[in-house]
Amino acid sequence: MLHRISGLALAIFLPFHFLALGLALERDARLASFLRWTDQPLVKVAEIGLVFLFTVHLLGGLRILVIENLAWRDEQKQLATFAAALSAIIALAFLVRVF
Amino acid sequence: MNVRLYIWQRATAAIMAPLVLVHIAIIFYAARGGLSATDILARTRGSIAWAAFYGLFVLAVSIHASIGVRNVLSEWSPLSERRTDACAVFIGIVLAGLGLRAVAAVVVP
Amino acid sequence: MNVELAVSLWRGGANGRYETYRVPQRQSQTVLDVVTFVQRHIDPTLSYRFACRVGVCGSCAMTVNGKPRWTCRTHVAKVAASGKLEIGPLENLPVIKDLTTDMRPFFEKWQQANGVFAPTKTRQDDIAQIRPDTPARMAADAAIECINCGVCYAACDTVRWNSGYLGPAALTRAWTLVNDARDGGNTARLQAIAGSGGCHACHSHQSCQELCPQALNPTAAIAGLKRRTATAYLKGEITA
Repeated sequence: MLHRISGLALAIFLPFHFLALGLALERDARLASFLRWTDQPLVKVAEIGLVFLFTVHLLGGLRILVIENLAWRDEQKQLATFAAALSAIIALAFLVRVF
Repeated sequence: MNVRLYIWQRATAAIMAPLVLVHIAIIFYAARGGLSATDILARTRGSIAWAAFYGLFVLAVSIHASIGVRNVLSEWSPLSERRTDACAVFIGIVLAGLGLRAVAAVVVP
Repeated sequence: MNVELAVSLWRGGANGRYETYRVPQRQSQTVLDVVTFVQRHIDPTLSYRFACRVGVCGSCAMTVNGKPRWTCRTHVAKVAASGKLEIGPLENLPVIKDLTTDMRPFFEKWQQANGVFAPTKTRQDDIAQIRPDTPARMAADAAIECINCGVCYAACDTVRWNSGYLGPAALTRAWTLVNDARDGGNTARLQAIAGSGGCHACHSHQSCQELCPQALNPTAAIAGLKRRTATAYLKGEITA
């Protein structure tokens, strides 16, 4: 379910991401001023959320690719899910330090 | 979902897995280094490598996301199969269009 | 033990409701014992199914505190810690009355998945020699013990969200036949499960594997079908 929600959220976010980058088409300064706008704490929090969703979606996807293509025992799958959750938390923590 | 869409979905996912890791690394690097727009654009302008990398990423995600959203629509919304197909095509075109435009924005000198 | 259980049972059809009964708790009591007690001593109009009552037939499957289970193999002590039990008919199937469901959609999807053996020999031919230790036969044997109880079908999110989805049981049986060296209907079978209600609708949530009372793994069987159909499609043997 988390995989599905993160996918939907990313799909909704992406067009805005592309539009923001497209600002550089007008003038580089447009992108620069946009990036200054994103220095606000609220935006930073949203960015952390996005990276978290990104990581979660990637790890959920890897879990599916593994289940569907490699022969895993049932206990190993639980371990993999746990490892993926742990990695997502670590990634998030690291990102929080960055910001 | 059928076998054709499944293959496209899983294949673009597999292609994107390494691309996503590189992209996350780039985000961390740019954020830690406090790179400004000028810095970033200085590195991407005129670069065939960045054009290829992000061009591939955009095309893959356009296919992957449109199939994914189509599946969610077919399971959670009352739309017919034809309508969900149409939504998928629309989303794919929007993402590919905006995405390639964004790649051009940062790569074309 | 003089403790009483508060048992909610679904009564009526699709538009029914839960009704509460008080049932004396006994040692080693199963949920089936509880349902039987209600029917015999409190309300004889209660409808429910069971047969062997020892965990080999799968007839007594119901929704117990939200999860599909074999009621004869579910100890009350394990699931009703606070003395409360809620028992309803299996999910994802039409309700006939009370705790019985119409299993026809389940079996119709079995047919739609081509879960039927397609013979290649006649009684005049020699018996096929099938070694039990080939990878294909081991894959089939690991999935063959399904007794059509419907627990996986009731547990499956995708069945709930996608009315055309064939379901874990039907696809698992298709998988055993795909791995059966004697079967001759594989192209048609793979074609049957490669469409919109087929194996690709599965999201690998694994509720089926988690709850199958026979310890089968439909997620793995369906993953195998995904690989087989993908290969067949890329080779041009089936169409999307």
